[in-house]
Amino acid sequence: MNNATPAVEIRDLHKHFGRLEVLKGISLTARPGDVVAVIGGSGSGKSTMLRCINMLETPSAGEIAIHGEAYAMRPTRDGGLEPADRRQLQRIRAQLGMVFQNFNLWPHRTVLGNVIEVPVQVLGMPRDEAVARARQVLERVGLAEKEDAYPAHMSGGQQQRCAIARVLAVEPLAMLFDEPTSALDPELVGEVLTVIRDLAAERRTMILVTHEMGFARDVASHVVYLKDGRIEEQGPPEQIFGDPRSPHLQQFIRSIA
Amino acid sequence: MIDAMDFSLLALSSPGWGGALLAGFLRSVELAAGGYLLGLVIGLLGATAKLYGGRVLRDIAEIYTLLIRAVPELVLMLLFYYVGTDLLNKLMGAMGREGIDIDGLSAGILVIGLVQGGYATEVIRGAIRAVPPGQIEAAQAFGMSPLKVLRRVTLPAMTPHALPGMANLWMIATKDTALLAVIGFSELTLVTKQAAAATREYFLFFIAAGLLYLALTLISNLGLRWLERRARRGLPAAA
Repeated sequence: MNNATPAVEIRDLHKHFGRLEVLKGISLTARPGDVVAVIGGSGSGKSTMLRCINMLETPSAGEIAIHGEAYAMRPTRDGGLEPADRRQLQRIRAQLGMVFQNFNLWPHRTVLGNVIEVPVQVLGMPRDEAVARARQVLERVGLAEKEDAYPAHMSGGQQQRCAIARVLAVEPLAMLFDEPTSALDPELVGEVLTVIRDLAAERRTMILVTHEMGFARDVASHVVYLKDGRIEEQGPPEQIFGDPRSPHLQQFIRSIA
Repeated sequence: MIDAMDFSLLALSSPGWGGALLAGFLRSVELAAGGYLLGLVIGLLGATAKLYGGRVLRDIAEIYTLLIRAVPELVLMLLFYYVGTDLLNKLMGAMGREGIDIDGLSAGILVIGLVQGGYATEVIRGAIRAVPPGQIEAAQAFGMSPLKVLRRVTLPAMTPHALPGMANLWMIATKDTALLAVIGFSELTLVTKQAAAATREYFLFFIAAGLLYLALTLISNLGLRWLERRARRGLPAAA
């Protein structure tokens, strides 16, 4: 698509939990501006793959680079890998933003407190500047009126939009979405998807694990279908949804539709 | 009997015992507050050691809480006080220094703090485990250092879970000070006993002491309720 340094590059990623092999060699590249949708059945390893990108799960083998910088890893005694350089890990993580299925907001802080937390505490931004930026991103996600509310007093859709604002506030190189609408009541899914759709339209780099096929088809520039820990098929959304080749993918799309 | 009570015995200045009683009461509050704070610090360290420490730290914390919670408090206090000071003096002697005389207040605070720390470790450990892991994971995912995660997320998020247990421990601390009477601390209970024995007005003085303990509890309740309201800000009303 373009020749810029990839925002996220995954090379031959393996992950096993004990004897269970969840990822069996995945390679994936997201260049700046790419919106990569990752689809697949449950247990296909898509969330695990996403969580390896910011080392919430440590790969068993393989390499991951963010904006050209590979995580420094060292072998563990049980034959896996672990981050070797805590400072590098924190620096790289601070350039990524993750939106979780269960929001994972900090309940003891207000909406504004949640959004300024990382800029102030991790990026060292002056508080005033962080507040000003937080108000901008809250405006973007439609929560300008809610800055003093606590997460528990808001709907799931509002909480997830706040979580997206928290990510936007750090201006990440890439946004990672881990099934962002799966925990929402059906009537609240739309408001969150609208926000993500707008961000995708701005060509922000994102990797999006989702069950919302229609949405993936609309917003993704590239779709990846995972099956049993491998990428079974990938391509532009028209091809994946319009002309799927693998029988598994054909069946998967039929079962969703 | 009640109408025969001579309330002038409670006067603040001699021959009344009121002043002595109040001084004993303040001593009790000092002991309780100091011991409680020390216990809180030990509890935070103990809980982090148990949850995040390596093998050795975990084992040390495990043995500490086991012993503290297995042995009656009175025995622990006698043990810490007599054996502890004895050991300390022997140690100083072995290093060629003179034995030191630990002042009563510090020794009392140390004894109560060590006992409280054992229980506080478990209260705080449970409270930390009640924090949904996703909140900690989110902080890690944004690049927070482990220490910052602890300070900015884990500790504030566990506080509402820890408060009921820690409030209990405060109440226990205020009353544990009375056990120190056995070792000869002039705290409220010992002073009361002396006053009662000297005047033979047992009923009057123990009622007065009881009322002072009650007052401390009532005032503490107000403070604890305020703390709990503050710590639960942002949490659903019923949980």
